[in-house]
Amino acid sequence: MNFPDLTVDGSYPLGAAVFAFMMYRGYGPWVGICLALCAGAVAGLLTGFLHTFSRIPALLSGILTMICLYSINLRIMGRPNLSLSEHLGHRTLFTILRDSFSFLPEVYVRFAFLCILILSLKFLLDAFLQTEIGLSIRATGDNEILVATQGIDPNEMKLVGISLSNALVAFAGAMFAQYQGFVDINMGIGMVVSGLASVIVGEVLLRGKTIFAMTLQVILGSVVYRLATAIALNWGYSIGFKPYDLKLFTGLLVIVILSFPVLKEKLKKV
Amino acid sequence: MLRLERVNKYFFRNTQDERWAIRNLSLEVAEGEFVTVVGSNGAGKTTLLNLIGGTYFPDSGCIFIDGNDVTTVPAYERAKYLGRVFQNTFQGTAPNLTIEENLAIAYLKGKRKGIRIAINEKMREYFRERLSEIGLGLERRLKDRVGLLSGGQRQALALLMATFGNPKILLLDEHTANLDPKTGEKIMELTTRLIEENKLTAIMVTHNLQDALHYGNRTLMMDEGEIILDISGEERKRMTLQELLERFSERRHKRFADDRALLSS
Repeated sequence: MNFPDLTVDGSYPLGAAVFAFMMYRGYGPWVGICLALCAGAVAGLLTGFLHTFSRIPALLSGILTMICLYSINLRIMGRPNLSLSEHLGHRTLFTILRDSFSFLPEVYVRFAFLCILILSLKFLLDAFLQTEIGLSIRATGDNEILVATQGIDPNEMKLVGISLSNALVAFAGAMFAQYQGFVDINMGIGMVVSGLASVIVGEVLLRGKTIFAMTLQVILGSVVYRLATAIALNWGYSIGFKPYDLKLFTGLLVIVILSFPVLKEKLKKV
Repeated sequence: MLRLERVNKYFFRNTQDERWAIRNLSLEVAEGEFVTVVGSNGAGKTTLLNLIGGTYFPDSGCIFIDGNDVTTVPAYERAKYLGRVFQNTFQGTAPNLTIEENLAIAYLKGKRKGIRIAINEKMREYFRERLSEIGLGLERRLKDRVGLLSGGQRQALALLMATFGNPKILLLDEHTANLDPKTGEKIMELTTRLIEENKLTAIMVTHNLQDALHYGNRTLMMDEGEIILDISGEERKRMTLQELLERFSERRHKRFADDRALLSS
């Protein structure tokens, strides 16, 4: 899309907050997930309108929505964190799955479910990006002038793309809330950078410019990135690494990788 | 086919840098005309194309295409009447998409986009057929990214895309200026062929005076936002390069300031 969207830091907890809100109202997980998707799409639309209608630069549009969402999320949740614990009678997708496959260890059930979910999302997304709308969105990110001369409204495509991506982000937030069993107002901080780090790691590990390869890069990248942070958290204690150093670690990782081409160039000249 | 009525365009209006780029310009282009436009840098040639294409709107005056008032119709909406090729060979195509994806964007022009898979085998067959006509072997490279092609290949592709669906008017903005002379000549050959085969109306901006007289059937010369010379038919056939340059200085009482035009003639 060529749109650095900082809305993500807000729409991720938004999805979780909406999901928790519906749980506390006594609805099942599916209702919560659907509404989280919608809420994310609306948040994306707001950023899109700020950018296309009010002509606010992309980065600032995202930051503005993100800052608004912080208050909105608190409003939805009523307080900074909410538990989705079973003891409070909340039955998330993961508890439902555990009970339906009670003959298997819970870890396996979770793992298998997440694998199936991610792969089906990948294939859905791959297919969508090959459709007429998907192709138009990709072309808009690539060459806006061309798209306009070919009769496509670039602003419309940006709106569709941004709202769709934020719907997915909110969905991820809702899923993660269920996975960890609680929602926290700060769970979205640094999400954009983590996402960026994952994409970069993926591009390093796997080459290819086709859609199939690119979505695979993203999945592989985020798995490897999360593994790396988990390793840092579990074994980092011996070298004095604390959980709150994680953001610094992520930031430095992205900085190093992004600076690498420039450094290489400079070193060559020396 | 195309009519401009007393069109004015200012840049940086109401500032110190204000520039009156197009001055009370009126122009009528009939169906089937192939108009070449010459003039020195800053004469308003590209501005004229951008006004017709809807990149920006005039400050006053009206623009009609095929009888429709498009003066303030946004570029993407009036795109159904127009095909455009730009000077920058990266502008007419999407470099990160494949050849077939680029062609599909052009093929689907004017159609409502839906959640259908965009490219099917029937379209591919059509793309191969059209690509083989331009003779660059691109029909065997449908899945290659356009960014991998040479400037000339990209420009040929852009030209093909611009003529898909027979636009009412084809706008060419110095589309051979960034190519080496030999490739430029090939692209010009392709241009005239596509225009003739599809009976298109075209407006081509060029820096090359020779090309301006050689191609097309009408030539405009612009200076300081005005059309200072408009020749066609017999008068144009008799016109020599030398004469064209003389006419220019005679009208404006100054030498043709543009080195590029002199060098390329």
